Amino acid sequence: MAFLTIPNVKIIGVSAAVPKQKKQVNKLECFAEGEAEKTIELTGVRESRLAPEGWVSSDYCMEAAEHLIEKLGWEKDSIDALIYISVSRDYIEPNTATVIQGKMNLPTTCYTIDVPMACSGYCYGLSVVGSLLSHGYMKRALMLVGDTPSKIMSPLDKTLWPIHGDAGTATALEYDPQANPMYFNLMSDGKQMNAIIAHASGVREPITNEDLNMVKYDEGIIRNRTHVTMDGMGVFAFTMSQVPKSIGVLIENFKIDVNNIDFLLLHQANHYIDEKIRKKLKFPEEKTPYCLETFGNTSSATIPMTMVTKIREQLKNGSNKILMSGFGAGLSWAAVYIETNSIEVLPLIEI
Amino acid sequence: MDINEFLNHFTNLFDDTDASTLTPETNFRDLDEWSSLLALSTMSMIDEEYDVQLSAEQMRKANTINELYILTQAKI
Repeated sequence: MAFLTIPNVKIIGVSAAVPKQKKQVNKLECFAEGEAEKTIELTGVRESRLAPEGWVSSDYCMEAAEHLIEKLGWEKDSIDALIYISVSRDYIEPNTATVIQGKMNLPTTCYTIDVPMACSGYCYGLSVVGSLLSHGYMKRALMLVGDTPSKIMSPLDKTLWPIHGDAGTATALEYDPQANPMYFNLMSDGKQMNAIIAHASGVREPITNEDLNMVKYDEGIIRNRTHVTMDGMGVFAFTMSQVPKSIGVLIENFKIDVNNIDFLLLHQANHYIDEKIRKKLKFPEEKTPYCLETFGNTSSATIPMTMVTKIREQLKNGSNKILMSGFGAGLSWAAVYIETNSIEVLPLIEI
Repeated sequence: MDINEFLNHFTNLFDDTDASTLTPETNFRDLDEWSSLLALSTMSMIDEEYDVQLSAEQMRKANTINELYILTQAKI
């Protein structure tokens, strides 16, 4: 059981940046007549943001980070660690966090590392950054979490393209012996690695010319072997059976008073499945904000995107008890409980 | 739980299919309205009504309502 308690660390700020360009679900070419409306009704995603050519996840994360540290008044020399959490890496080598450190002119004393996680990324990221800061030797860390699914999915695949959006976020964390502990329940099931996978994308299956052929698998499902593919039914079955349970186990193990929780921040997978999770937990609707109608599923960025676009005022003013749950490729899933106190949350940055 | 109740829950998932034409032996994959979405709805209905989670593999292999019923009953 990967239960984890991390003391001495607090979130002090969150920001997010998205492309200006919108992707309207009802105007996509992958759908047959009438399918777009059905998809919108079911998934809750009406539109999302689409990064132009040349703009990638790390660019949006960097924009979010620059604005955030300026607002917080952080000197760049005071940043001890930068962690980049994404499956949209700039290069196979070197790792993206180090590239960002260079571009942002952070000191060479800065610790940098990538955490290549998708939809469970924000929760897993908090466990990594929290663990680094908790000792008290490093005082300040930037956690950059984002994804540009548009760069790794096929525009002609109706099972994935319509509901995903691009975004980059930054979370600032500090060492603070007064901070309330963060509680984690972290899980993995690599036996289901094929549930969400881009087959020809690494060293296991190096990209060949054939991998670039666009293949029609079904009506509205055309992709090549470098694109991400998802076993929708497998992921659905997994989510229904494992995700509510993992949140319940976290609550039980750490004796969290559910009635006192201010917000349940679910990874914005799609409205249909998120509502199943919420109802299974019997968690009130008004405490479960959604940002997927206008930003879609932004992979690892969905939780900070919800914080920035839906509960900014509440996070800025006063304390909040928050449950988070991230789940996806791996398969990998995590539930986290944190308490925040008047954190800096910037308005959404659009580029 | 009995098969009639199960059948009733199942038929409620459909919008355009005449419920009176469905029997436990109906191969639901032959129905015009059947779709991958209805497969998810079926799994979800079984989860909500009976607190049973079918695997994707089980859902893929089943063809008749009675087969789903037996799978569900075995897990209660």
